Amino acid sequence: MEYILIIISAVFVNNILLAQFLGVCPFLGVSNKVSTAVGMSGAVCFVMAVATLVTYLVQYYLLVPLGIEFMQTIAFILVIAALVQMVEIILKKISPALYQALGIFLPLITTNCAVLGVAILVVSKPFGFGGAEPDMFNLAESVVYAIASALGFGLAMTLFAGMREQLELSNVPKAFKGVPIALITAGILAMAFMGFSGIVK
Amino acid sequence: MGKLSLITKGIIKENPTFVLVLGMCPTLGTTTSAINGMGMGLATTFVLILSNMVISAIAPLIPSKVKIPSYIVVIAALVTVLQFLMQAYVPALYATLGLFIPLIVVNCIVLGRAEAFACKNSVVDSALDGIGIGLGFTCSLTVIGFVRELLGGLSVFGTKLVEGDGMLAFVLAPGAFLVLGYLMVLFNKAKK
Repeated sequence: MEYILIIISAVFVNNILLAQFLGVCPFLGVSNKVSTAVGMSGAVCFVMAVATLVTYLVQYYLLVPLGIEFMQTIAFILVIAALVQMVEIILKKISPALYQALGIFLPLITTNCAVLGVAILVVSKPFGFGGAEPDMFNLAESVVYAIASALGFGLAMTLFAGMREQLELSNVPKAFKGVPIALITAGILAMAFMGFSGIVK
Repeated sequence: MGKLSLITKGIIKENPTFVLVLGMCPTLGTTTSAINGMGMGLATTFVLILSNMVISAIAPLIPSKVKIPSYIVVIAALVTVLQFLMQAYVPALYATLGLFIPLIVVNCIVLGRAEAFACKNSVVDSALDGIGIGLGFTCSLTVIGFVRELLGGLSVFGTKLVEGDGMLAFVLAPGAFLVLGYLMVLFNKAKK
């Protein structure tokens, strides 16, 4: 039950893109076509799940016992950068087709703040769902939260890409062309997502 | 290019927010009020100036293969220093900005300036470039925060102007996108 609440909360209520503003750069950058948006979301989902798993272990089995939690930022970004590189090499070897599909998005993910953001979020503050006492996430909950966040990222990104494909065909005033109209569309999409607030306390 | 233009170009001509459209996450996430926006801008400026200086000094020593990872480590170290300083001197602001302070590491403005400017220019020029771009970023964030605070809470820099409720949506998530979008339109219009 708690996992379901975590998933609903991360996908709809506290959508990582539209409510927490993490990962807005790729959201505006590569969301021109639905197909690229889906590819990017897939890559983010994969990296986010693995990165959160590894950084969780680093935090609780390396940084905390040694009393060097202040090294968190440096340690996490190094883990993520190394991981992205490793994922790229492994994918190239075992699944060239998937590598072809995700290839161009992988290097971009190191600087996607959603990945680092979720990794820091799950170890820095207690969460409480459905009236439960706020509690730090355990390993399984952290990974579920990361995957759900990535799904929320994918959902927002795909919806937005669909809208932008339509925008291409419409007659937009000159000063609004490009990023401004995209941001205003995103604002309206964020308003729609606000309708979910209150489902999960 | 004169030294002065290195500083001023970041404010209008190469404004990181409205023209280059970089660093969108903190721009949207921290501008719930003018003070928060300004705080975030100054924090980023601090990291930007120092990272530009350090990177321009060490750039000739770094093999091009490990360029980006080395830059990220330098930036992450500076962000850690900033975290300590903010916890010590402005704990309230540090708590409000929260997650977005460690996320300066992945702010594309900082890495972008390192790659596009600092690694090819002298330490002094890089510092000036950092000041200019940082100021531009701070100005944009302050303006966005100002508009959101005014519309959403009817107050300016924390002082209530008139009694009553503002349009709450502007302080919440959708307002961030809308205000930035419309300000960008005005910026485009004004530049012509």
